Amino acid sequence: MTVHNLYLFDRNGVCLHYSEWHRKKQAGIPKEEEYKLMYGMLFSIRSFVSKMSPLDMKDGFLAFQTSRYKLHYYETPTGIKVVMNTDLGVGPIRDVLHHIYSALYVELVVKNPLCPLGQTVQSELFRSRLDSYVRSLPFFSARAG
Amino acid sequence: MSRPAHRRPEYRKINKDLFVLTYGALVAQLCKDYEKDEDVNKYLDTMGYGIGTRLVEDFLARSCVRRCHSYSEIADIIAQVAFKMYLGITPSVTCNNASRNEFSLILDKNPLVEFVEELPTGRSSLCYCNLLCGIIRGALEMVHLAADVTFLQDRLKGDSVTEIGITFLKKLDEKKYRRKK
Repeated sequence: MTVHNLYLFDRNGVCLHYSEWHRKKQAGIPKEEEYKLMYGMLFSIRSFVSKMSPLDMKDGFLAFQTSRYKLHYYETPTGIKVVMNTDLGVGPIRDVLHHIYSALYVELVVKNPLCPLGQTVQSELFRSRLDSYVRSLPFFSARAG
Repeated sequence: MSRPAHRRPEYRKINKDLFVLTYGALVAQLCKDYEKDEDVNKYLDTMGYGIGTRLVEDFLARSCVRRCHSYSEIADIIAQVAFKMYLGITPSVTCNNASRNEFSLILDKNPLVEFVEELPTGRSSLCYCNLLCGIIRGALEMVHLAADVTFLQDRLKGDSVTEIGITFLKKLDEKKYRRKK
């Protein structure tokens, strides 16, 4: 089991943070383009999923998987979106994504008056804490590919 | 790496008197800076707005509230969860009109005015706690709810209760806020 990469978007679609761990193949397009594609896909899938829902939605779209990877999605009412790509062996990780939001993003970025909101996060502390948190996850393993 | 990886961060609390007095000092400084009461009120509201846009993230991270389905539910959450969490008081909520988009929070006790005896002379239209209005407005806007928040009654102005009025304008459409490129 392993973690491939992680995106953090704000409500306007700005990519606040991106980091990757075991990503062997790149998309072959500039990173900015990739963020836009990713956000656009999430935006559409969100509205699609709520339109198809037979009942009122509770949490909305949680994850999808292909034959190669699984994309986990978490969104707050303020529109912050946390997206993590992992391999197929990883189960539901809503609590992990919530932790990244509540204990890392809110604590280290929102509560830091020097970090302007709505821009790429420059905080080195946030980057390093996020990195060590992801590396400490039980399903993060350096061997897997 | 001396600090252990914390699962649940500890929330630091500060002394209430220090907090109340700091707020008083802030208002006093603004009164020195601006001659007109309206300007002071406006500035407090703007500062509150800035606080609210960030505070809402903290609120959501800590409270795990569910999605609300009506304005009255939102007003209840503000009164019972948010005010309790940040000021330690629970205002009572009343709905003011038939279309159910105007609500009043009635504060029996307002910790921010604990040391305020009366408004200074010549400052009769000062909304001492206008920061609160800005915070509520900013926080609601971040969850796509436009609202007008004002003080309807204030004990400092001789009214019998302190009352904050919240008027929900409409639900914002997220599409409008997408980045235009």
